[in-house]
Amino acid sequence: MIFRVFVLLLLLIVWPEPGVPADNCKHRAEVVEIAAGIYVRPGKHAVVFDSEAVANIGFIVGNRCVAVIDTGGSYSEGQALRCTIRSVTTRPVCFVINTHAHPDHILGNPAFREPGVFYIGHTNLARALALRGTVYLQRAAQQAGRPLGPEHIILPDLSVDGQLRLDLGERVLQLVAHSTAHSDNDLSVYDEKTATLWLSDLLFMEHIPVVDGNLKGWLTLLETLKDKPARRVVPGHGPVQAAWPDAASDTQRYLSTLRDETRERIARGDDLRQAQESVAYGERTRWQLFDSYHKRNIIAAYTELEWED
Amino acid sequence: MRYCLVDNTWSWSRVCLLVAILAVSATTAGADSDEDSVWLGGLRAAYFGERPIVQSDDVIELEAPERAENSAVVPIRIKARIPQTDERYIKTITLIIDMNPGQLAGRFHFTPKNGRADLGLRIRVNAYGPVRAIAETNDGKLFMSRRFVKASGGCSAAVGTDIEAAKRRLGKMKFKTDKPVLPGEPLAVQLRVSHPNLTGLQMDQVTRLYTTAHYLEKVTVSFEGQAVFSAETGFSLSENPSFRFYFVPDGAGELHAEVIDTEGLRFTGQYSVTPGE
Repeated sequence: MIFRVFVLLLLLIVWPEPGVPADNCKHRAEVVEIAAGIYVRPGKHAVVFDSEAVANIGFIVGNRCVAVIDTGGSYSEGQALRCTIRSVTTRPVCFVINTHAHPDHILGNPAFREPGVFYIGHTNLARALALRGTVYLQRAAQQAGRPLGPEHIILPDLSVDGQLRLDLGERVLQLVAHSTAHSDNDLSVYDEKTATLWLSDLLFMEHIPVVDGNLKGWLTLLETLKDKPARRVVPGHGPVQAAWPDAASDTQRYLSTLRDETRERIARGDDLRQAQESVAYGERTRWQLFDSYHKRNIIAAYTELEWED
Repeated sequence: MRYCLVDNTWSWSRVCLLVAILAVSATTAGADSDEDSVWLGGLRAAYFGERPIVQSDDVIELEAPERAENSAVVPIRIKARIPQTDERYIKTITLIIDMNPGQLAGRFHFTPKNGRADLGLRIRVNAYGPVRAIAETNDGKLFMSRRFVKASGGCSAAVGTDIEAAKRRLGKMKFKTDKPVLPGEPLAVQLRVSHPNLTGLQMDQVTRLYTTAHYLEKVTVSFEGQAVFSAETGFSLSENPSFRFYFVPDGAGELHAEVIDTEGLRFTGQYSVTPGE
């Protein structure tokens, strides 16, 4: 009897918990160390689900543990990032920080699922994932040929409303939940040690900005963030790092042109189709993926601004 | 076809070319009937019975994007190719989206007072398929303009991001007219209604429950007490429904709009039309 209990205990110890991903490290994500202990996996400019590894994702290593910042657009992308972390440090992952709900940033989440890992997001993240998760899974199946179950949508264990300080061991991260800007659940991460501000999709470079929240709110937020004395920032799409606040100028110019020209068309009585054919085409040569996202941005801008008083 | 591309022997290439030609011609010939299977398989009969329908862009022409940027907000226009006169006019336009769960997007009613029976709308498109506008003229004839739209998920897509702002604005209306207002000339009017127009197909991934459908059912616009535009609508109209139509003002007056939704909520809006402004 005692022996049986012992075997059972032994089994519990060595038996992997169901659901924990096997350590199958055939692929490692290529990362760049942009500052001491901060690693970024550069994304490539492509339409979400047309390609893997679209967004800039990465991790920050503290003395005690590691915080992952976004996990990519697929399980395999998340797993490749996890393998890279294993090769860089022996410290465990303790936090997975989701900067917002978009599928190119969060669908790698399940690759980090294990005891001791806390998922963190904006207080609106759970709602956004609840409302959109189904559609993201459908699109993964239809566009990328990856049938995914609901377990691929992981809701945050910890929601940030306002600010949160995370200690990774002699390394403190300041997480800030922002009001509606790029989306309604944007979270930025500031590393005090190296003065690095991880903005994710609050900042786009090279890749056309995508408006899925509030155009005016985004412009206001960028203006406020410019006062932040960051030594470098990490955009969600574009180079792995850039100088602040200079890096904001392209995104600001695009968004303000979109706002001004859309307002003008609405005032003139143009309908949405007319606006889609004429707003902000001066920006066309300045961005990659312009033709994939610009008309969509005009819909977002028009449907927001037509309710202005 | 795929085998043909990898095959590089001469004889097989020829066979492949032939097969390819046959395949292409078969697709071309069969395209309409495949795409129209839902329409022909019952939709047409449900709404129009055995009545003859002329497929033509000569009476009305539907303009829709071939591929939608946002399937929940697809801007479309219906352009009338005949003027609204007392002798001949477009009485009703029926808008049908074959692949949507609620296929009847709306029925829109016009009179000779519209001058032009043009209509601008934003719709939800749930899957690749035809969108069709069917005009009924005052003599009872039916004319259909049809476009194939590539879009998916428009009915199950999440509602707009600023949910709190939308709730505060529920039922708010905005009128806008082109300028200047010329008496006796068709005047473009844009009516916007702040309303989530919930489809009932938007699922909450956490609770696995669907939000209750809540959408506009009836829209009536009058000018100085005389009806100028009315519609029965469904949830295939986008969030914050927007209607762009024409009417001929004979002088200064008040435009009045009334909308009623599926919960029986009634909202109204007014707008003064002043010629010369």
